[in-house]
Amino acid sequence: MADAKSVRGGAKIARPLSPHLQIYSPLINMVMSILHRITGAALYFGSLLLAWWLIAAASGPQYFGYVMFLFGSVPGKLVLVGFTWALIHHAVGGLRHFLWDTGRGYDLKTIDLLSWGSIVVSILLTALVWAAVMWLK
Amino acid sequence: MTRSTKMRTPLKNVRRLGSAKEGADHFWKQRMTGVANLFLAVFLVWLLVSLGGAGHAQVKSALASPLVSIPLLLLILSAMVHMRLGMQTIIEDYVASEGPKLVCLMLNTFFTILVGVASVFAVLRLTFGA
Repeated sequence: MADAKSVRGGAKIARPLSPHLQIYSPLINMVMSILHRITGAALYFGSLLLAWWLIAAASGPQYFGYVMFLFGSVPGKLVLVGFTWALIHHAVGGLRHFLWDTGRGYDLKTIDLLSWGSIVVSILLTALVWAAVMWLK
Repeated sequence: MTRSTKMRTPLKNVRRLGSAKEGADHFWKQRMTGVANLFLAVFLVWLLVSLGGAGHAQVKSALASPLVSIPLLLLILSAMVHMRLGMQTIIEDYVASEGPKLVCLMLNTFFTILVGVASVFAVLRLTFGA
């Protein structure tokens, strides 16, 4: 097992660390917790897409047309669908955390329900948003 | 040195590492920007869906309206604060050594401010029609 090194009085002391992810079998609330962090980090870099779109629009029709062509391509669309899902999943996960912040919803049944609910709702809403995109075209 | 000969209390080790009164600051700002982002992200999704595949002129005229550009500017500000706080937590969790951690935290601040300022600049340029 990994040891943490801490310094006390000039001497290094090896201390045991608590067991990490690989020790536990995956539970839905744990998977959702990890997904919340992963989607958050993805959105962090995904903010570059919004910045890029805005800068392209501010640069003029020619460059904007080029960027829209990239976003409209198959890999571009896949990235945008992924971005939409990450945004919605992170938002739904945020709602779950707001409820937990009030001290409610900590019994196992509710935790499982909220965890499964957030993945189901995020996928449904993503499908709904992209159905609207296709329909409006 | 054994415990019995040490006359200092552990308080010495935590002094000047931060005021306890700021303890909830990070948590509270993350929640506040989270609430703001919830509404502003719904607006963004609505805007992008309604502008899906729109040409340059259409996007420009949409962003010329303060009803569009003000929520966009608010979203950029709120999201950048939220992003910076979130990434700070990730860095503090995974980057253990002090030097690389400081560098990462600094880059985190630089990145979010750069993306934020560039986006705000683009929105303002579209709004005021340069």
